[in-house]
Amino acid sequence: MSVTHVLPDLLPDSRIKLPKQAERTLAGGLTVIAIRRAAVPLVELRLRVPFGRAPLPRATLLSQALFTGTGTMSSIDIAAELQAVGGGLSAGLDPDRLLVTGNSLTAGLDRMLEILAAVLTDPAYPSTEVAVERERLVDHIQVAQSQPAHLARTALLKRMYGRHPYAVQTPAPDQVKGVRPAQLRALHADRVRPDGAVLVLVGDLNPEKAIDAAEKALGSWTGPSRDGDVPPTPALEPGPLLLVDRPGSVQSSLRLALPAVPRTHPDHAALQLANLVFGGYFSSRWVENIREDKGYTYGPHTSIEHFLAGSALVAAAEVATEVTGPSLLETMYELGRIASLPPGEDELEQARRYALGTLRLGMSTQAGLAGLASMYASFGLRLDYLTEHSAALSAASREEVAVAAAKYLAPAKAVTVVLGDADRVEGQLAALTAVERSRE
Amino acid sequence: MKIPATKYPVERLTLDNGLRVVLSPDRSAPVVGVAVVYDVGIRSEPEGRTGFAHLFEHLMFQGSANLEKLAHFRHVQGAGGSFNGSTHLDYTDYFEVLPAGALERALFLEADRMRGPRLTEENLRNQVDVVKEEIRVNVLNRPYGGFPWLKLPPVMFQTFPNAHDGYGSFEDLESATVADAEEFFERYYACGNAVLSVAGDFDVARASALIEKHFADVPARPAPPRPDFAEPELTGEKRESYTDRLAPLPAVAGGWRVPDPIGDFTGYLPYVVLAEVLTDGDASRLVERLVQRDRIVTTVGGYIGFMGDEYQVRNPTALLLQAHLPPGGDAEKVLRTIDEELDRLATDGLKPGELARTQARMATHLLRDTDAVLGRALPMAVLEEQRGDPGLLNELPKLVGQVTEAQIVAAAAALRPERRATVEVIPGATS
Repeated sequence: MSVTHVLPDLLPDSRIKLPKQAERTLAGGLTVIAIRRAAVPLVELRLRVPFGRAPLPRATLLSQALFTGTGTMSSIDIAAELQAVGGGLSAGLDPDRLLVTGNSLTAGLDRMLEILAAVLTDPAYPSTEVAVERERLVDHIQVAQSQPAHLARTALLKRMYGRHPYAVQTPAPDQVKGVRPAQLRALHADRVRPDGAVLVLVGDLNPEKAIDAAEKALGSWTGPSRDGDVPPTPALEPGPLLLVDRPGSVQSSLRLALPAVPRTHPDHAALQLANLVFGGYFSSRWVENIREDKGYTYGPHTSIEHFLAGSALVAAAEVATEVTGPSLLETMYELGRIASLPPGEDELEQARRYALGTLRLGMSTQAGLAGLASMYASFGLRLDYLTEHSAALSAASREEVAVAAAKYLAPAKAVTVVLGDADRVEGQLAALTAVERSRE
Repeated sequence: MKIPATKYPVERLTLDNGLRVVLSPDRSAPVVGVAVVYDVGIRSEPEGRTGFAHLFEHLMFQGSANLEKLAHFRHVQGAGGSFNGSTHLDYTDYFEVLPAGALERALFLEADRMRGPRLTEENLRNQVDVVKEEIRVNVLNRPYGGFPWLKLPPVMFQTFPNAHDGYGSFEDLESATVADAEEFFERYYACGNAVLSVAGDFDVARASALIEKHFADVPARPAPPRPDFAEPELTGEKRESYTDRLAPLPAVAGGWRVPDPIGDFTGYLPYVVLAEVLTDGDASRLVERLVQRDRIVTTVGGYIGFMGDEYQVRNPTALLLQAHLPPGGDAEKVLRTIDEELDRLATDGLKPGELARTQARMATHLLRDTDAVLGRALPMAVLEEQRGDPGLLNELPKLVGQVTEAQIVAAAAALRPERRATVEVIPGATS
């Protein structure tokens, strides 16, 4: 048998097909978006409530204690009732939003919405349960503070944002210890409001009927929200590399922040492509260099992080202590190269196809669609952004990508933090750039 | 609440060279998932070569006859897709998810490395370095690294295949040779030892033709005989502890052997459900008691299989319970309270509705996983490999729903302290 093994061509992608959906803003101010994907008999739920500038210790504990009880249900009742319809709900917090995430069997949607409504409109924050959640949160923060990724992130945020509210995103254990249930009730009354909130339901549902169900359950959730607008983030201020000591660390956590733009900015598609070519996926220059060529690291990655008040590009790698300097050297080299020279045609096309493909993969599941729709909605966008963004990615020229790279990826603009065994890595780093040791 | 089911179609075929194929078409999204599973894992690696199965997984990405180093990654991602691989106790998987138009490309890539990876000294040394960094990130440089999946097996098991560290020692990794890799490929990466599975947006006839086109000339090699890794149960309680110099708080994990997941699936399944009755959510037995009432743990979790892959693991395996404790927490007290709760369950049975709600939530988790093409392609490949029954994926919600209270009670009664292996983390962080 004579067979030649030649890489097969790709069949062209079909046009992006948006799923059937409906949207309604309820009288109380809650926007409900329902999207049909009937592949499995489930419903995904996402609720984002504006929470910018909420006091961090209270807001964090509130997110942990949201399901501790209502006027008529204990935390165990809530969990059991949800479970009975194959459901589950949990809450989290980011610097802009309180986020409720959940899912249930399709037939359980009405019940899940009723329970969510009870939690939102009739919260109890019982003292005993709140005390349990408070202690657990304190312990979780203590564990987080022993993790290098968390410590590096904390140091980077401080360095990036200075006095801006985004600078601190995890409360100190002592601050959490002082939060009282009455303060949670007050914060809930003040901020857990439908005004500006978005509920997304995705699954085996009829969109209009699902919105009717949400309206029936959540119609009684009313009231204005306090203004939570966060001021725009300050420009990054490059300066000496900040070195945070973690004695005995066998790896160094390398973090760089660079400027970026929001999803709706005309530079966004070109910047996303430049980021991919640099370090935003496995087949990028940075990963191929410091992992596949040098073996300095396992999972280096970069991403553009969008918050309501500003966007930033963050690069992260855990590198062996003995090659911390060389890793920074290669990182600066790759940033300098992409900021100074246009990308190759082939590598740009490869990055473009990756970006276009991942948009399709991201919308191929109920959970993926729910996450995208909810995230976009919190920035005032809708799922049709996928189509617009695809067109922008397809249209971005090599010149535009080169311009974006020069503008946003220049190493001279980077804010750099390294967490590691300072005595072992300071010399390596100081050979390359000015280093300042953290005093904390 | 009635537990719904999926009806994903399942087509099975075997090529002349012995490669088994599973096809599960579903056109609800324009994407495909491709998985190749080899019947070799951590338990099969030789003594003196701990971590070799995982290291070899890395080498399968380093090029093959028609693919230079880096080409595999670039071809998948340049088609708009994502890739990965993972090494388990009993199997190693390789997979891609891509826009539907890239199906043939993925088949080409998998066939090329099934014929043989490029095993070079340079790639081997590079990937030994990368794997060492992976171990540093996941085990050595973080608190609770490898807890409990690497720490409990040596307490629970006596034989090397079951007890050893599957990530491997640096010494063993560094002494690995290209000849070792060639031998490992020759022995275990036979197409008779593999299953190819495709799920998602494709036409069965066309996909079958493409599979024939790309895989038919993979040389026929039979599967090696698979050893039985069975070993006797513990003869009494076993307990060990270690100091984690990075951990700020104590933790404890206990494991009990369970029936053979494949030879005795009916006897095994109640343990899968029991783990959820005990730990799934605030209304579960142990969360209610340990977290809410007694406040002696901050989190508690329960599952089967050291890697959480309860439907993709062979005998011997275990039901695990793990808990993180508050400052000064008493692991002994936690274990005693767990025993008390198991006794209570074994004696008094379940509360009204307790089993049904647990089963409903388990159905949601199972169904949710199958919504992603890889959530079908991967488990179907392993279910074919281990059981010859990929369609079992469709049946799991129903089978979970058929587990009875009597079976749960009997399973709880079998989790006796004298059958338990325990490992305790002593916090060694100075803060």
